[in-house]
Amino acid sequence: MSGPTGRRKQKLKWSKLYTFSCLRPTTDESAPTESSWAAGIFRVVFCNESQLHKSKPHKYPNNYVSTTKYNLITFLPRALFEQFRRVANLYFLLAAVLSVTPLAAFNPVSVIAPLVFVVGLSMLKEAIEDWHRFLQDRNVNSRRVKVHVGNGLFVQKSWKSLGGRHCQTVGSALYTKSGNSKMWYLRLHDDTDNLFDPEDPMSSGFLQFVRALVLYGYLIPISLYVSIELVKVLQAMLINKDLAIKCSIEGISYGGEVTEVDLAASRRMNIDVERYRYSLDGSDSTGRSIEMFDLSTADGSTEKDVLGFHQGSEDTKTGNSRISSSQKETTVKGFNFRDNRLMDKMWIYRSNVSDMIMFRVMALCHTGIPVEENRGNKLTYEAESPEEVAFLIAAQEFGFKFCQRTQSTMVLQELDPSGLEVKREYKLLNLLEFNSSRKRMSVIISNEDGEIFLLCKGADELADNGRTYQQATVMHLSMYAEDGLRTMVFAYKKIGLPEYENWSSVFKKAKATIGPEREELLENASEMIEKELLLLGAVAVEDKLQKGVPECIDKLAQAGLKIWLLTGDKKETAVNIGFACSLLRHDMKQLHLCLRKESPSNQQIKDVKEEILCQLQSYNQLITEEDREGDPFALVVDGKALEVSLSYDVRNHFLSVAMRCDVVICCRVSPKQKALITRTVKEHSGKTVLAIGDGANDVGMIQEADIGVGISGMEGMQAVMASDFSLPQFRFLERLLIVHGHWCYKRISKMILYFVYKNIAFGLTLFYYNIFTGFSGQDLYDDWYMVMFNVLLTSLPVISLGVLEQDVSSDVCLKFPALYQEGQRTFASAGSESSVGFLMESWLP
Amino acid sequence: MAAVFVADANLNLASVKISVFSWVFGFNGLCVVYQFTQQNLPACKPILSPAWVVEVVYRYDVECVPVLYRSNKLAYIKDNSIPKNCSKSLKIPKHMKAPIYIYYQLDNYYQNHRRYVKSRSDQQLLHGLQHHDISSCAPEDFSHGLPVVPCGLVAWSLFNDTYSFFRGIDEMKVDRKNIAWKSDRDHKFGKQVYPFNFQNGTLSGGAHLDPNIPLSDQEDLIVWMRTSALPTFRKLYGRIEEDLDADDIIKVKLLNNYNTYSFSGSKKLVLSTSSWLGGHNNFLGMAYISIGTSFIFVAFVFMLIHVKNPR
Repeated sequence: MSGPTGRRKQKLKWSKLYTFSCLRPTTDESAPTESSWAAGIFRVVFCNESQLHKSKPHKYPNNYVSTTKYNLITFLPRALFEQFRRVANLYFLLAAVLSVTPLAAFNPVSVIAPLVFVVGLSMLKEAIEDWHRFLQDRNVNSRRVKVHVGNGLFVQKSWKSLGGRHCQTVGSALYTKSGNSKMWYLRLHDDTDNLFDPEDPMSSGFLQFVRALVLYGYLIPISLYVSIELVKVLQAMLINKDLAIKCSIEGISYGGEVTEVDLAASRRMNIDVERYRYSLDGSDSTGRSIEMFDLSTADGSTEKDVLGFHQGSEDTKTGNSRISSSQKETTVKGFNFRDNRLMDKMWIYRSNVSDMIMFRVMALCHTGIPVEENRGNKLTYEAESPEEVAFLIAAQEFGFKFCQRTQSTMVLQELDPSGLEVKREYKLLNLLEFNSSRKRMSVIISNEDGEIFLLCKGADELADNGRTYQQATVMHLSMYAEDGLRTMVFAYKKIGLPEYENWSSVFKKAKATIGPEREELLENASEMIEKELLLLGAVAVEDKLQKGVPECIDKLAQAGLKIWLLTGDKKETAVNIGFACSLLRHDMKQLHLCLRKESPSNQQIKDVKEEILCQLQSYNQLITEEDREGDPFALVVDGKALEVSLSYDVRNHFLSVAMRCDVVICCRVSPKQKALITRTVKEHSGKTVLAIGDGANDVGMIQEADIGVGISGMEGMQAVMASDFSLPQFRFLERLLIVHGHWCYKRISKMILYFVYKNIAFGLTLFYYNIFTGFSGQDLYDDWYMVMFNVLLTSLPVISLGVLEQDVSSDVCLKFPALYQEGQRTFASAGSESSVGFLMESWLP
Repeated sequence: MAAVFVADANLNLASVKISVFSWVFGFNGLCVVYQFTQQNLPACKPILSPAWVVEVVYRYDVECVPVLYRSNKLAYIKDNSIPKNCSKSLKIPKHMKAPIYIYYQLDNYYQNHRRYVKSRSDQQLLHGLQHHDISSCAPEDFSHGLPVVPCGLVAWSLFNDTYSFFRGIDEMKVDRKNIAWKSDRDHKFGKQVYPFNFQNGTLSGGAHLDPNIPLSDQEDLIVWMRTSALPTFRKLYGRIEEDLDADDIIKVKLLNNYNTYSFSGSKKLVLSTSSWLGGHNNFLGMAYISIGTSFIFVAFVFMLIHVKNPR
């Protein structure tokens, strides 16, 4: 075990080396880890008693948002500090200091001027970026919000004047990134030429050394940083342009706004595109757009109280209709279901009440709200999950339009079996929220007649309540699950008033409790009422992958990326999606990491850890044993196991197994865990991590990763705002990485080599010349020529190489994704190339 | 007339060649019509003859030391009482066309050494005593409390061998004006700066200067002060403004004053003509040929590798 860890440490050090910075601030890296993940930070907030916040213990900073890094006073010292944290700049500072002493090899101006130029340019860039951030902040801070001042009165105030949380989001860790390069160590002649004092060879030798240090400073390219930064900006422009063109060709709107965000952010780190190895996938990054709506309901049941699947020919027809429907043109987004028996009000002729109740459940059992009508009389909805939206839209299509929600009522516009549209108001009595152990949510409503119903939707287990139709439903469910559809079962029951009142008191009590046992009480209460449900039917939702996702993932896998899928879905679904997007293949050995026991309480934590460790160890062994056969491994981790695996002492074992697998799928991952996984993988492997996702729940992960990519999809702009790159669709990742990543890597590495080459070629002439001057340290060129050499005279060829070089065309890149791996074996190849180059050039001039 | 010319070209390939490569003068219309058979089209073929640069290099630092002192040259050169006259004959190998440049060439002379190079004061050379800060000149900076003009090691070590040339008994005229850069004369060395206390110290490094001539006219000094880049260098001494024929015997009378013996440097006298390409220089030719050959060799090796292991 010590072997691999030792190597890993070394790797980490290497990665530190090529980021070029010494004096890395330690606070940025480690501080937030524990404090923010633990639930340690809390605040006491008094509602409607704002005067309490004016005195000390509860006085919090105001709501002013500041993402800027500097202010007017701190700019100079902080920016200078940032600049001189770079080893090379420090070195040139030293040279500049030495140049004003009598030891100087050159005219002091010729040493100081380029340094000032280079540092000044970098600082100017920082200043401009910070200025943009400031403008953005000002926009946010001057946003008008309504503030409640008491008694229902609202006052317009600007955001910044609010008391509340103060966030300083910019960590300077983000800014310590810089291009990779090599350090050149100077070999200095230990010349004992009695230059300074023949009596004292020691000190004169030292002075010689110092002189030579200054003289051969030209071996280190001073303007490398500036050039790299410039090249990065230009590359980002090119990438954006290219992606934008690609998008416009394929008719996808690529908003100007997005491009802008994209540009600003990518300036920081597009260089890193080429170096990452692990890619974390946000669950939704695979492009969840639920377009297919799949529904099977009971039909013609004889028993009134049991509803379920009708067996026989009709179900296969339903299946057929599903398949054929996907090919049909659909006008309603999010709904792709065609079945003549149900559509266009046809269901009313089927003399089946269960259909109606089923649609009603669909329209009522959710947490969504309708949003403004935007076309015709169709509504669109917003809800916690896209599934709910899909259900609502489906219900609307079937004639159950959910129109309005108030605190206690829900209004449906229903299609009566008589064919008329009726507006009905339902009282919402209780909402039993979804939780992961019950795996269902319910609403308790009473209709206009005062009848009380419990409407429930939930995971497959609910189907156990079905009686006659249970078998059929289970069969259908497994069929759907195999197809990679997300299944959902609907059920309901009628509750008598006394029963409800009994239960209601229990539930209220549970709701009123405060403390850790509240959850449990609520759960128990919910369990109490969610009994003896009647199965209505099952629904399958296709989490439709965006176009080109499987191909893209396939290419990325070929390119040697390790892909992690982090999803909130349950395990079966995740695995199915994994297959659907060709992340998982059938020749892969799946390793499942899961817990047998449910919900570990504190006493059991040790056992649980043991269990996980045990599993991990056996997997590790398995991988070691079967490594020779070359079968790839896939690790599937479920939510509970993940929680344990990420705990501090198990983490390393978990990651060492996970790193050896080609694909890792984590299910039931919370947004926080996504970020935590990203962070731990990044720290553990020392590799570059790219995270891609489209939802707000991916933001943490995107920010945590070295490169964050946001998909500007249906789920809002949060992910895009937080990202370094934004893509309109997942499949553009392929082009971004395999083409632009490859190019950028090649460009930057070639450019650095070229840069180093030209400086060495130049510096060596100085060195060779000194052979002819008795190593006295005489310089060969005019001072001003030397000043201009790096900064002006030879900068353009290098920069143009860095921006425009294409070693192979984009088609070739896409055709052979393995080319990308070249970039991953970076150091070895670049190192040998440069050393060969160094040897060549050392005798050429 | 032109038609005739073309017909000619079509008929005879050889004449086509001539018409292409030779400079065809105006066609003489009075020529007889037999030109097709006679092939007497007027043409001239320029023969590219290299403009030879003739160079005579003569090392005299050993030969000009009397046999008696050969074992201890340093004692000879340091002893002022021994006359340093030396007379040698040179044979001109080829015709040399005027102007013939006279150089002295010093070897192993590190005029490019940093501490030597910076031991001067350009401001003082231009402004004389008006410029006070001559700290860079140490130790050759002050004599009897006054700044030495010109100060510094470079000036102090001014070359002081002299040459005169005789063909037969006639002394040839050597032009010693305009040997320095005009810009140096006009802008770098003061017209009002006189070397009034130069080489007054106990240790004399080289030539003395006429205190009545301003620095801007001390062309030997100006030439010398432009320090050389390499330890082997030539500096212009003067020009001979008459042609020298092949096998002429030139008698050189020289004063072998300059001490290069302490660091075993050599002194050479060089007579050279010049072309538009400059003087005689083997380096470029050698460099081209050697690098070219090595590249051919490398190309061959790579070709073999490629044939053996094609990609």
